Amino acid sequence: MTDPTPVLRLEGIVKSFPGVRALDGVSFDVRPGEVHALMGENGAGKSTLMKVLGGIHAPNEGKIFIAEEPVVMTSPMQAKAKGVVFIHQELSLADELTVAENIFLGELPLKSFGRVDWAKLYARTDAILKKLNVRFTAKTRVGDLSIANQQMVEIGRALTVSPRAVIFDEPTASLTDAEKVVLFDVIADLQSQGVGIVYISHRMEEVFKITDRISVLRDGQYRGTLITADTDEDEVTKLMIGRSLDLSRNESHHEMGDVALEVRGLSCGTLFQDVDFAVRKGEVLGFYGLVGAGRTEIAETIFGLRNPTAGQIYLNGREVRIHSPIDAVRMGISLVPEDRKGQGLVLSMNCRDNMTLPQVDDMTAGPFVSDGAEIAIFDQYRDKLDIRTPGWRQLVGNLSGGNQQKIVIGKWLSMRPDVLIVDEPTRGIDVGSKSEIHSLIRDLAAQGFAVIVISSEMPEVLHVSDRIVAMYSGKVMREFTSEEVTEDNLIQAISGITEKVA
Amino acid sequence: MTLTKQDIGRLLAKQGILIAFAVFMIGFALANQRFIAIDNIAGVIRSSAILGVMALGVTFVVIGGNLDLSVGSMMSFSTIVVLDLHDKIGPTLAIPAMFGLTLLLGAFIGFLVGYLKLNSLIVTLGMLSAIHGLTLTWSGGKNMDIADKSGTWFSFFGQDRIFGIPMPILIFALLAVLLSLLLARTPFGRKVYAVGGNGQAATFSGIPRARIVFFTYLISAFCVAMAGLLQASRSLGSQNTVGQGMELEVLAAVILGGASLLGGAGTVFKTVVGVLILGFIQNGLLLVGLDFYVQYIVTWAIIILAVWLDVAAKRGRLWSPIA
Repeated sequence: MTDPTPVLRLEGIVKSFPGVRALDGVSFDVRPGEVHALMGENGAGKSTLMKVLGGIHAPNEGKIFIAEEPVVMTSPMQAKAKGVVFIHQELSLADELTVAENIFLGELPLKSFGRVDWAKLYARTDAILKKLNVRFTAKTRVGDLSIANQQMVEIGRALTVSPRAVIFDEPTASLTDAEKVVLFDVIADLQSQGVGIVYISHRMEEVFKITDRISVLRDGQYRGTLITADTDEDEVTKLMIGRSLDLSRNESHHEMGDVALEVRGLSCGTLFQDVDFAVRKGEVLGFYGLVGAGRTEIAETIFGLRNPTAGQIYLNGREVRIHSPIDAVRMGISLVPEDRKGQGLVLSMNCRDNMTLPQVDDMTAGPFVSDGAEIAIFDQYRDKLDIRTPGWRQLVGNLSGGNQQKIVIGKWLSMRPDVLIVDEPTRGIDVGSKSEIHSLIRDLAAQGFAVIVISSEMPEVLHVSDRIVAMYSGKVMREFTSEEVTEDNLIQAISGITEKVA
Repeated sequence: MTLTKQDIGRLLAKQGILIAFAVFMIGFALANQRFIAIDNIAGVIRSSAILGVMALGVTFVVIGGNLDLSVGSMMSFSTIVVLDLHDKIGPTLAIPAMFGLTLLLGAFIGFLVGYLKLNSLIVTLGMLSAIHGLTLTWSGGKNMDIADKSGTWFSFFGQDRIFGIPMPILIFALLAVLLSLLLARTPFGRKVYAVGGNGQAATFSGIPRARIVFFTYLISAFCVAMAGLLQASRSLGSQNTVGQGMELEVLAAVILGGASLLGGAGTVFKTVVGVLILGFIQNGLLLVGLDFYVQYIVTWAIIILAVWLDVAAKRGRLWSPIA
């Protein structure tokens, strides 16, 4: 096999943040006409690597080569000028502008006196749209396009220069199957023009369908590159998580109690429909599904943040109506939300005040908050959850992600809830803290809490749950016991392939 | 240890206000000996009391993540109303009636901002104008004076002294202590910080965000009513525009004290410091012989400086290419 000059090559990239070595000697290269997958769990360092490549972070060590010429990246603009373009998962388009204006944003063709050369703009946009084989025109307002077409506009931006390398970051996250086909055609087209593609994705089937090689990151370290044709999912998974996918989990040897929370026929508009499930004391019920499957919305409904349009919620066998989080907290339901910094914590407050926030009304001596009572609670849960902080006065904003998450969990555990809902418990948390939080969840169940875990990470769901509810597009597709579940039938269920088993 | 350029930037960002204040004070003291005379200092505190009382209330609103630009015209309203009612129903009834009406205005703003979740800048800017109109309607556009100025005990709040301390200072100090305890030590105060620091997280913690915001405006209105009482009692007569422009001075004092415009940070004590800084700077400007009008420009400059330093302290340097 010939080894043509790589269009893009990284060598020994190291990037440290205070307390974390986010990238530790990462090297890989992309050849012209190749689709190269970059895989790794959340927090493995993929996005940091892309930020280094885009000049947003300067690497502490290591070199970047474009066509074997060393370069220093200072900004995404400069990267683009050098032929390296990024297609981000999150769209960054201006809804009110036209397709043409968005594609050439910041580099509109100009006439004298700084006037926009519209004719040229539309002509060049039309040429790009033709390549992308889309049905909308240059003058369409972007806000009127579907998400998939907006993604095409985003790709169109990459084509205003003739790129050497295009980096796709989870491009299919919000696409339907038909839309994916179009995207893959575009990728194949770029490929045939000798462009090198970096394809970041969690989805094995896509990666095996369109890529030539697969590079894997784990904990910021480069774990190797595999030829796609010569490998299989199992080998990739092993590289990604450091072991074969471990379907076994800590068998719960504790007794389960009565049903703590039961939901019947719960619906909320188009977000989710007709959801039934029950969770018992001492049980961990996992919710697995793709982003947008309606899992978080169910949790928010149970916590009183949304009003259900139909259905009932039973708490300890009694029907309840929950109109606000205030109701939910009073009834013994706790939610550790998905967005830790946005919804879980007040970053400008200290550790103790964050932890005692929901119960500050009950911690008074006379009219004043009792310092002693608060510190007692903080100390108790700091020890129980092994929260590492210099002291309760520390602002939570200064803690690591794992310790922040433990503060949020501690905040709700100290309320002694009947039902604890944990949404994406380990998002953005390093691997060490991850397994700590997993065993913590198992422990809580053993102590008799009814726990609901919502997660997008399959190993996590398999690891912590006694039963798993698989969701697809707002509906419960199937419920698995830990004996029944396999990676295959779980993936099928969340992709909407199996029908609901009656 | 050497100071790098970055260290200096960070120091300026964090302590800039105090440094600037120290420079001002030394400058004034050198320019005019009278500036540091005891009676001048007491005079500054006394003349800052009304502004200070208003700033105490606005501190709650700002920490809760909102603004209150209506306090100036609301203070005019309180002053006019209590002076008018003084002669009609007597001071004993006029004072509670004025407090009630002012609190009603505060409740209305609190309802709009807290429960209807309207932007506080727009709501209170609108109320600034609306309340001014209300005041003029009440007075018919005329100045309001108490008929029998020497025959009323109403002057007690603004003109009398207890143990030699002028009443306005005493009331300012007492209110500062009470509100400081409320903000720093009670569950309510904690919730104000939470709502202002991260409203969504507060909601997710079962805190009634709307109600907390509502109460911050009630507190603000209460302080305004108190300020109106002091003003009316001191002068026993007033124009309709007595509080005009004070909203900016109040805001300057609150930000100067270090309350973040983004909410979630600040203390009552710091606001008191901010009020005094503003008072001393304005006094100093007069003593060095500058025109009274200059203080309007200086107040503006102080606001800009304080906001800049607030933002700079957050990002750790004075200037940054990305917001």
